[in-house]
Amino acid sequence: MRSLIDIKELSTQEIDELIAVAKDIISDPAKYSEKCKGKKLATLFYEASTRTRLSFEAAMYELGGNVLGFSSADNSSASKGESVADTVRVCSGYADIIAMRHPKEGAPLVASMHSLVPIINAGDGGHNHPTQTLTDLLTINREKGRFENLVVGLCGDLKFGRTVHSLIGAMARYNNVKFVLISPDELKVPSYIKQELDKDGVEYVETRSLEDAIPELDILYMTRVQRERFFNEEDYLRLKDTYILNMSKLEKAKEDLSILHPLPRVNEISVEIDNDKRACYFEQALNGKYIRMALIMKLLGVE
Amino acid sequence: MILNTITNGVVLDHIQAGGAMDIYKALNLDKLGCQVAIIKNATSVKMGRKDILKICEPIDINLDVLGYLAPGVTVNIIKDGKVAERRHIDPPETIKDVIRCTNPRCITSIEQELPNIFKLTDKENLVYRCIYCESKCKKHGDIK
Ligand SMILES: [Zn+2]
Repeated sequence: MRSLIDIKELSTQEIDELIAVAKDIISDPAKYSEKCKGKKLATLFYEASTRTRLSFEAAMYELGGNVLGFSSADNSSASKGESVADTVRVCSGYADIIAMRHPKEGAPLVASMHSLVPIINAGDGGHNHPTQTLTDLLTINREKGRFENLVVGLCGDLKFGRTVHSLIGAMARYNNVKFVLISPDELKVPSYIKQELDKDGVEYVETRSLEDAIPELDILYMTRVQRERFFNEEDYLRLKDTYILNMSKLEKAKEDLSILHPLPRVNEISVEIDNDKRACYFEQALNGKYIRMALIMKLLGVE
Repeated sequence: MILNTITNGVVLDHIQAGGAMDIYKALNLDKLGCQVAIIKNATSVKMGRKDILKICEPIDINLDVLGYLAPGVTVNIIKDGKVAERRHIDPPETIKDVIRCTNPRCITSIEQELPNIFKLTDKENLVYRCIYCESKCKKHGDIK
């Protein structure tokens, strides 16, 4: 029995296999419509994340399975003070696989230690969110047809954004990937990540200017610059527009640039870009469902 | 001096100078009824200066606590006035309920009955990380 708590638990080969299955699902969804018939997914969401929960639920339904669960801690046993371990011991008797979202870091790991069925970490605070990373990888692979030989720009909050850290870790496994890290000084990638890149001989540059960086990028991964990350309002106001992607910044970009964003966005990507062929963030959300289908099948041992 | 005449007991040798009191507290040696000698700044060929702890009673030492606090320490078990066993203590791979995670976002912050487990993730710099949230522990600060 296997769970997925952290993307690092998956080998490169396993990731490639998941991507291949997801692409096959996209090309022939009917073939998969009964793969999980008679199986149940429990979505234990201790904090609301409608987008992620719906993606998991849609994935299970499209595999012919069923779904049960709760969508916030208020109406669950957690509000009565039950531990994660106890809730999972009970729920693993009702379901074949569990997707868990929790505001505290490590809660899904605790769950996996006590569960009789596989646990998928659907986000634990700002810590791990492996299905987001798989979603990002599937999107890059579908857009580019490869993971090698890419210049990947990451823009915005690179300090606190764990999604960014996981994506860097996952993409760094492939040959000749160069990272362009675009952020204000306050929100630069933590040094331990740069040390790992140095150790593995992965090329990267840091810059404050999205405009300067954009011409060489194959992928641009945008994230939100949040107000609460700044010590004072002045710095926030001074910087926030610098990291908003609009048509004029896009002028110097490659014709085949792929723009990704984990969503929800606030204003960091101007809506005028939504209809540009380089915008991939809505496809990315859809890809999230397909990769979750592949993952559920893998963890359930369904061929 | 009584220090040299332990019949049955334990001698912790090669403690980094200044480290003896931390170990004394963490191993709860203050609770013992027997004689305990803390020797500070003894001369050492290998280390220049070192601390030594001598316990005049055969006790079980929590080697996880000791290995975490004082990697490289030597434990000498004294029986009938002779060194019966000498062990060099390496830093443990995993420590359970020795230190506490202080990350307020960690699941252990709201579920107190969970064991506090840390793993050695960087042998060179002796970095331990919480298995739940992967936060680095602050050396010595979080002893349970
Ligand atoms: Zn922790």
